[in-house]
Amino acid sequence: MIAPFYKFGFFGEEFSLIIAFIIGIGFGFFLERAGFGSARKLASQFYFYDMTVFKVMFTAIITAMFGVFFLGVFGILDINLIYFTPTYVVPQIVGGFILGFGFIVGGYCPGTSVVSTSVGRIDGFIFLVGVFLGIFIYGEIYPLISNFATSTAMGKQTLYGFLHIPYGVAVFFVTLMAVGGFAGASRLEKVFQKKLFGGEK
Amino acid sequence: MEQELKTEQVEEKAFHRELFPEKPYWNPYFAGIGLGLVLLSAFVIMGRGLGASGAISTIVATSVAKIAPTHASGNEFYKNYLTTEGNPLKDWLLFEVLGVLVGGFISGLFAGRVKVKIEKGERISNAKRLLFALIGGALMGFGAKLAGGCTSGQALTGGALLNLGSWLFMLSVFAGAYMLAYFFRRVWL
Repeated sequence: MIAPFYKFGFFGEEFSLIIAFIIGIGFGFFLERAGFGSARKLASQFYFYDMTVFKVMFTAIITAMFGVFFLGVFGILDINLIYFTPTYVVPQIVGGFILGFGFIVGGYCPGTSVVSTSVGRIDGFIFLVGVFLGIFIYGEIYPLISNFATSTAMGKQTLYGFLHIPYGVAVFFVTLMAVGGFAGASRLEKVFQKKLFGGEK
Repeated sequence: MEQELKTEQVEEKAFHRELFPEKPYWNPYFAGIGLGLVLLSAFVIMGRGLGASGAISTIVATSVAKIAPTHASGNEFYKNYLTTEGNPLKDWLLFEVLGVLVGGFISGLFAGRVKVKIEKGERISNAKRLLFALIGGALMGFGAKLAGGCTSGQALTGGALLNLGSWLFMLSVFAGAYMLAYFFRRVWL
């Protein structure tokens, strides 16, 4: 095992901030290339006529999932050293719904609003201001909702651990689901392009 | 004089267009692989995933601590983002998000997509669209903190690590957005 490099002391905290900046550049670059600097492109996901968000997200998830899995199998990457957020079932479901509402109302998520701001979108910048506001409101009322926010805790919980199946089997099924999803998404696009725009788009 | 300025601006714009004509977006699978490799490199190099809302939380918490130090240190949420000794702004996610700003601009510039404008459907006014953007952003910020991360930190990062909570979160995000999509169709279609 030699990775994660930072955890094995290949470099210090100061240098990690430079890495952060470089990784961020890559992140922003590919988000913009995918079209995620545009709210209309992002929102079209929810009217089925352009499923790019789904395709990009799940391709990214599968790519990284494969990488982590195989680097682990080959003994290069110690998966247990990767930061893993604990599960809080109900707060995460409720938070997810609120986030989904925010997505359809405002058109971005926090990361994509940064990208859209960088290419001059005024709505993206205003959305970003909204994110600051939302986090501030959350911080201010946190003492009142802290009990709820930390309820239904399950600790660090993986899909495969929860379902009692081997890691590799979970990787296989997620891939299968995604590939099926991609085919389904492309069909939906065709149907809804016709329905919404009479096949003009 | 004014006329001169106008032609100059037009010429400059045309020059930019000529240098970087507007290009179509990449194939989604191609962009997805790129994004996945960036995420993987974060795992391999740093032992952590990507994020966005965490960086904004750091800025919010630091600002609150600057204005009302006792108020911030008495609040468990803010305290979480202020624990580092020294400057709390020397934060990994904050530097990553600064990178996102630069990376997005570089991509947009070379694809001829850097334009000051408002993205919206044809049937909604600018003012309304911006109001919705503000409200949507606030919902997003609030929801992300309740869920312990946003689309980057939870959906992408946790998704790739097969984190149970992240997958529940991801399904809820899509469900929430699809639930309200019909009522907000005038904003987008």
